[in-house]
Amino acid sequence: MASIKFAVDGRSVTVNADPSMPLLYALRNDLGMSNPHFGCGLAQCGACTVHLDGEPVRSCVMPLSAVTGRKVTTLRGLGTPEKPHPLQAAYVEEQVPQCGYCINGWIMTAAAFLKKKPKATDAEIRDALAGLKCRCATHAAIMRAIRRAQTQMA
Amino acid sequence: MNARIDLSLSRREFLKASGALVVSAGGPAFIGETLAQTAAVSTGSKPPLLPTELDSWVAIAPNGRVTAFFGKMDMGQSLDIAIAQIVADELDVDVAKVDVVMGDTALTCNQGGASGSTGIQTGARPLRSAAAEARRLLVQSASQKLGLPVEQLRVDDGVVAAVSDPAKKASYAELIGGRHFHHQVEWNKQIGNPMDIKVEAKPKSPSEYRVVGKSLTRRDLPGKVYRTEKYVTDVSLPKMLHARVIRCSRAACTVAGVDESSIKNVKGARVVREKDFVAVVADHEWNAVRASRMLKISWKEAKKDPFPPMAEIYDHIRKAPVVKREDAVKKGDLDGAFKTAARVVEAEYEWPFQSHASMGPACAVADVRADGVTVWTGSQKPHFVQTGVARLLDVPPEKVRAIWVTGPGSYGRNDAGDAALDAALLSKLTGRPVRVQGMRNDGIAWDPKGPASVHRGRAALDASGKVIGYEFVSKGFSRRNIDTNESDPRDSLAGMAIGLPPKPSLDFGVPAESYGFDNKLLAWEVIPPLLEASSPLRSSHLRDPVGPQIQFGSEQFIDELAAAAGEDPVAFRLKYVTAPRDAAVIKAAAEKGGWQPRQAPRADRSGDTLSGRGIAYAQRNGTIVAVVAEIEVERKSGRIWGKKFTVAHDCGLVINPEGLRYTIEGNVVQGLSRTLFEEVRFDREKVTSVDWLSYPILEIRDAPETIEVVLINHPELAPTGAGEPSIRVIPAAVANAFFDATGVRLRRVPLTPERVKAALARA
Repeated sequence: MASIKFAVDGRSVTVNADPSMPLLYALRNDLGMSNPHFGCGLAQCGACTVHLDGEPVRSCVMPLSAVTGRKVTTLRGLGTPEKPHPLQAAYVEEQVPQCGYCINGWIMTAAAFLKKKPKATDAEIRDALAGLKCRCATHAAIMRAIRRAQTQMA
Repeated sequence: MNARIDLSLSRREFLKASGALVVSAGGPAFIGETLAQTAAVSTGSKPPLLPTELDSWVAIAPNGRVTAFFGKMDMGQSLDIAIAQIVADELDVDVAKVDVVMGDTALTCNQGGASGSTGIQTGARPLRSAAAEARRLLVQSASQKLGLPVEQLRVDDGVVAAVSDPAKKASYAELIGGRHFHHQVEWNKQIGNPMDIKVEAKPKSPSEYRVVGKSLTRRDLPGKVYRTEKYVTDVSLPKMLHARVIRCSRAACTVAGVDESSIKNVKGARVVREKDFVAVVADHEWNAVRASRMLKISWKEAKKDPFPPMAEIYDHIRKAPVVKREDAVKKGDLDGAFKTAARVVEAEYEWPFQSHASMGPACAVADVRADGVTVWTGSQKPHFVQTGVARLLDVPPEKVRAIWVTGPGSYGRNDAGDAALDAALLSKLTGRPVRVQGMRNDGIAWDPKGPASVHRGRAALDASGKVIGYEFVSKGFSRRNIDTNESDPRDSLAGMAIGLPPKPSLDFGVPAESYGFDNKLLAWEVIPPLLEASSPLRSSHLRDPVGPQIQFGSEQFIDELAAAAGEDPVAFRLKYVTAPRDAAVIKAAAEKGGWQPRQAPRADRSGDTLSGRGIAYAQRNGTIVAVVAEIEVERKSGRIWGKKFTVAHDCGLVINPEGLRYTIEGNVVQGLSRTLFEEVRFDREKVTSVDWLSYPILEIRDAPETIEVVLINHPELAPTGAGEPSIRVIPAAVANAFFDATGVRLRRVPLTPERVKAALARA
């Protein structure tokens, strides 16, 4: 057991837990955040994605010890209905999610990517989103939403 | 159930409005809110939840908001808003004032949950009637209050007023708000999908609709995108234990012994066991996960080599005894036709086991108490969870409440039904509320599978190329080795692990089309399962059960006949379909898709990338769909890219065009995934597809560039389903496009790069 301090969505937190425990369980169970999802536990789908100091990481395999002193941002911290991230607004406007279980991966990965490359082409976007899964197969709408967000972010 | 309903009343107002309020102190906050909202619409004694009570279908709150109680649920395909649109039009209220409560057995009648794309087709019918009847009663009540005959009244956004003098008025809120109708309707005595009611009121004609037919936006989107909606995975109760059920990676195993000391160092973890059902529980989820990995179990093989070698699965199917056959369509003299044939065309098509592979492994939370049982489930059929749990625990069904909460996706009888019964059994055995979620391998290796099958087409052509005899026979594992819902514990893994005998049903299906061949046979044959019980290859319903596999064969075979007759595939279909709506749909897809008639595959095959287009068409329970696929084939890598799809779709009256469009898009891309990538792998003793590497699905690089949808609206025809029809035509359209591009047939799914390269080498 260890006492690990880090920040989540702008708030300082301390979690007393097994340092090898994945961050996902600290967020969901210790901090009661129902926002990143368990999809595979293997970093193969993206449902658990959060930003760690601005970079997308799969919280299901990220040991808690590795987040000490760092900043975690979840989808809930990315934006709110009042102050949405352009991707969130576009996701609503394009009616992207069906079951919606996967969207942490898509939005958090795309948000970090567009920050670096706001004018990315379709091919670059598809490359950047490799490895993410969406079982409802909303990929066409995901692309529309990202293009819409790009026009907002430009 | 979720927080989608009643956005106008604050929690305080609910409490005020509802008086004595049933908020389970131990329940999650959002469930409490839902109950409060329900209580808010009605004071006084609510009649029992029976389909014969109008109050079971619709309620009007003191503030005039309307709640519709829908015994199905929405998986993000716009059913919630569509139901609201239908109810709003019948009641003459603003659609923004209509809330839809779904899938809670304490609040909704058993309309069968999500099933067979019937959400609108059958699910909306009683809601439409109930709303019309409520309007009739309210207008009648206003007539008495205002002293005016009903003919002189009109309704505008929930206010009944005199046509001649709008000042003479009474609102729904004043007339009934917060009280019950206590009005009987005639129930057809059916439960599940066919449940319907008859009322005195006459529902409106389509020409009177104001919001039906409009593209209104779903209400669940902000909750999902801003992550305020609670999923079934987020349900948390005081003193709740986290559980993981331990399933042997090998099929057909029983438990010989459990070494409980192997997890003694995991804090709070312990073993729960009944016969061959073994689980670990802990207070913290991570400790349950750790314990599940560390627990040592000795397994006993109940059967050696339960599965044939994977490479021989289709031979196994061909050789296996037929336990049930049905000749669903049989007309004319087939033998005679083949005797006089100038030419006989034959082909076989093969389809693998496929997994639901839901986005997350299933989760359920159960709280089994002496005075009642509550189960929160992602199952798309919560009313059947209620029945299954009641039977498993041997308690009366009315003591069980099952509440559907959005889960990690569901396209049929996936692992959610098993999770619900696992949680109930574990809560009973531990005396505590239990949350169970699978690990990834539980969702892929151990979910019920779409069945593997072989499809045989044989046709007789005369000298002119006319089809004079046609037969299409599918042979495979039953589509219902376990049932399509979890109402009988014998159909669940927990039930089988505690020794309940299996209860297989024998079903398959035939192509759904209107080809008017004079001599025609459409038949299916079912073979025995590989294992009687607890099989990771047990089969059940996966989106459009057996539709993609049958149509992959039948619609490719039609193309083969067109090629044999030297005719264009679109023209050939139009020559033989007999239903005018079918012809219209085929024409619409071809026209919008810019179809260029060709009597033979494209001749130019010189480049590194070959292009082709193909068509496929089918019916499904009243809906008709056709698709033109345009693909690219990379000769060197063997990759197929489904670049563009043009879908024409006729499901009668269109309720919400945009919602329908997105639903069709999901069908197209999921269908493409199943065509190109998906195959459950196994060896002689176990399923070896356990994660996304060993069960790949489509990723965004392979998503189409363009999906065009042509909606053919028939306001004069009752709406039929859209959740599944368009997936069944995708595999054949892609394979037909591959033939157009390369001149070679691919008759085995998935159309992998290896198979493409092998086929091109043969070309």
